[in-house]
Amino acid sequence: MAIADIHVAEDTHHEDHLDHEQSFVTKYIFSQDHKTIAKQFLITGIFWALMGGLMSLVFRLQLGFPEATLEWLRPIFGGWITESGKLEPEFYLAMVTMHGTIMVFFVLTAGLSGTFSNFLIPLQIGARDMASGFMNMLSYWFFFVSSVVMFISLFIETGPAMGGWVIYPPLSALPQAISGSGLGMTMWLIAMMFFIVSTMLGGINYITTIINLRTRGMSFTRLPLTIWAFFLTAILGLLSFPVLVAAVLLLIFDRSFGTSFYLSDIYIGGEALPNSGGSPILFQHLFWFLGHPEVYIVILPALGITSEIISTNSRKPIFGYKAMIGSLMAIAILSFVVWAHHMFITGMNPFLGSVFMLLTFIIAVPSAIKVFNYITTLWRGNIIFTPAMLFSIGLVSFFITGGVTGIFLGSAALDIQLHDTYFVVAHFHIVMGSAAFFGMVAGVYHWFPKMFGRMMDARLGYIHFWMSFVGVYSVFFPMHYIGIAGFPRRYYSFTNFDAFNSYADLNALITIAAFITMSAQFIFLFNFFYSIFRGRKTPQNPWNSNTLEWTAPINPEHGNWPGEIPTVYRWPYDYSKPGAKEDFIPQNIPFSETPESNFPNETESIKLQGIDKGDAIIVDETEE
Amino acid sequence: MVRDLQIVEEPRRPVSMDPKKFALWLFIVTIIMLFAAFTSAYIVRQAEGNWLDFSLPTIFYWNTGILLLSSVTMQWAYNSAKRDDLKNIKTAISLTIVLGICFLISQIFGWGMLVDAGVFFVGNPSGSFMYIFTGLHGVHLISGIFFIIMVLIATVKYNVHSKNILLIEMCNTYWHFLNALWVYLFIFLLLNR
Ligand code: HEM
Ligand SMILES: [Cu+2]
Repeated sequence: MAIADIHVAEDTHHEDHLDHEQSFVTKYIFSQDHKTIAKQFLITGIFWALMGGLMSLVFRLQLGFPEATLEWLRPIFGGWITESGKLEPEFYLAMVTMHGTIMVFFVLTAGLSGTFSNFLIPLQIGARDMASGFMNMLSYWFFFVSSVVMFISLFIETGPAMGGWVIYPPLSALPQAISGSGLGMTMWLIAMMFFIVSTMLGGINYITTIINLRTRGMSFTRLPLTIWAFFLTAILGLLSFPVLVAAVLLLIFDRSFGTSFYLSDIYIGGEALPNSGGSPILFQHLFWFLGHPEVYIVILPALGITSEIISTNSRKPIFGYKAMIGSLMAIAILSFVVWAHHMFITGMNPFLGSVFMLLTFIIAVPSAIKVFNYITTLWRGNIIFTPAMLFSIGLVSFFITGGVTGIFLGSAALDIQLHDTYFVVAHFHIVMGSAAFFGMVAGVYHWFPKMFGRMMDARLGYIHFWMSFVGVYSVFFPMHYIGIAGFPRRYYSFTNFDAFNSYADLNALITIAAFITMSAQFIFLFNFFYSIFRGRKTPQNPWNSNTLEWTAPINPEHGNWPGEIPTVYRWPYDYSKPGAKEDFIPQNIPFSETPESNFPNETESIKLQGIDKGDAIIVDETEE
Repeated sequence: MVRDLQIVEEPRRPVSMDPKKFALWLFIVTIIMLFAAFTSAYIVRQAEGNWLDFSLPTIFYWNTGILLLSSVTMQWAYNSAKRDDLKNIKTAISLTIVLGICFLISQIFGWGMLVDAGVFFVGNPSGSFMYIFTGLHGVHLISGIFFIIMVLIATVKYNVHSKNILLIEMCNTYWHFLNALWVYLFIFLLLNR
């Protein structure tokens, strides 16, 4: 290592203003340390995941057991339970809407990117902190304000937003249409504006940090795939969220100032509204221009985390590193030109429909490349089944299953039957919901030692995995059949339709499976909080991983490395390199220290500066 | 053994730009996307028919000139900063602020002319879009003026000079961008009547 140190000189200027004494408030609450901010995002994300999960149980009860009495929920929901002990239909819609919003935005966008981009970017690229710690702190607190507003909206008289997470007008624009489109919707819009500001602040920071603050030697082709994924995710967010701002602003003007961007020729109770000339389809275009990239904003970080975990625990270099980057980029670019596949039957020119159909099929190609590379990385690896690894493999499984149904939906003709049915619900819960959720959980298991200096219990992790994995498939796989049978989504009850009676059992089964899956999450919660305080102390590098974060102290201070920032000499995937002493070579080990395993071009890349050139040639003959 | 050989691989420091400047450019990208969304929405909506036609207020031609002039004075301020010409920085910056405010006031007159012509915010989307474009651009311009005022204060405190150019450089970039944005919107509105 002595050699490595010679050439790192600058970049220590940061420390002087980082190490001073901190009060409780600046250390844990208004902290500018990326690691603390990451934990804040994580805890808030877990809180929301719990809320969203419990909501889904409520409406699953209604769907699985429509005859059952929910009287026992009255202490919690009060007036939303009717006289006869049933869920108020509007409340059902509110639950569905809030569940979707919370899961997509608060858990899988803020909770996932916010946690892992914040935590891993500086640690894996070798930076002391984010480009702007202050902006980073603001990013969390905007998210917090957004959370508070959204949370309060759950308790107001008229109920929270009820128009679905996609808030299509006119339903979402007119309080006369549904009670949730009153104050609840207003609060939804305010919360989302704060949320977008938070995402922007975070995203600008992530991109700036990755481009400008990499340590010496950390070229783009030596970046771990996690960082590539976070990078492209941030770019997607930066390009698509402003479009949601535009959509939401116009909606706000329609709702509160009487403009007619989205409203036209509407009659309520036989009476015409003054609005004319608006186009609700315009909203769908604007929304899905964000909406589709958003689903990739959710999945890409999970895929990045998976790449890292699968490679580490297969003890093999990731298969097709450059192809992985290439397909991430292809997905990122293509995700902006497929949005109209959500609108095949809302009135689109059929020719345009076939263009979007083609583009949608093309996006399956890079997705398939990624899956192929995961499998080939696993192939003949010395697989270590840590809980993180199991969850990553689970992600790959979901990504395949959900990708296949994506092809069904991408076909405009099939989508006429399948649109807005439970088939779509099954598709996106498997490919986005469960896959991204598994990626997030995998990340928590894998980086928990770095976050809290302790290990989570593996045995509880296995139980958590198997219950979740079997649970998720039991919940969402049957939904494909229900969807093909024609069950529309967002319906409160199917008991009035005789045709649907034969599926009552299946619906009950799904609900039971949902309860089991949810109960498994409490095992995780227990494991998580127990291990923070009581877990086994972690060794320096618990998974024998190559990336830089494991070279930092077990409990890094603000500034991450006490001395110099390590320099990077190689890519992050030198696992089981032929000839090497151990089955991993961290990124900060120079080639000159590993002559036994260098490839010819790597030996060449070493500049020889020996006192005696003659000695230096021994390099590749040295044996230990 | 190997250690004695003094073998040194020289890892290169990655190319990088000042993070603040870089972040500003990213912020500009988000504004571009915002207005790209609005102008695309305009085109999509216009294609559906039922579209009120009206001509742009004449004052827009004049105040576009004012705004372009403010770009010139901003550049003048920046160049003076590079030459450490403190007195000129102050004059040029103050001029830029005055021109910016003049532009905003004339935008409000423009709205008045629209109202006189029977084009209202509430009504046909064609008119509403007009107010959205100008209003939202105005909001961004106000943020730009605040930025310039910050630079002016820094100048008075002798914090802007050739060795400390970052602030005024970023301000210069942002202001030029806002003016280019208006020119884009203006031309867009002229072409898509
Ligand atoms: C092979 C790739 C994929 C294809 C071809 C595909 C295709 C589609 C299509 C055509 C729809 C619209 C169905 C309808 O509403 O009738 C859809 C819905 C959806 N997809 Fe995918 N998809 C793919 C992958 C993904 C991925 C990777 C994610 C997320 C990570 C995702 C998330 C969603 C979501 C959230 C919806 C439903 C949105 C809603 O209506 O609430 N899809 N998909
Ligand atoms: Cu999509």
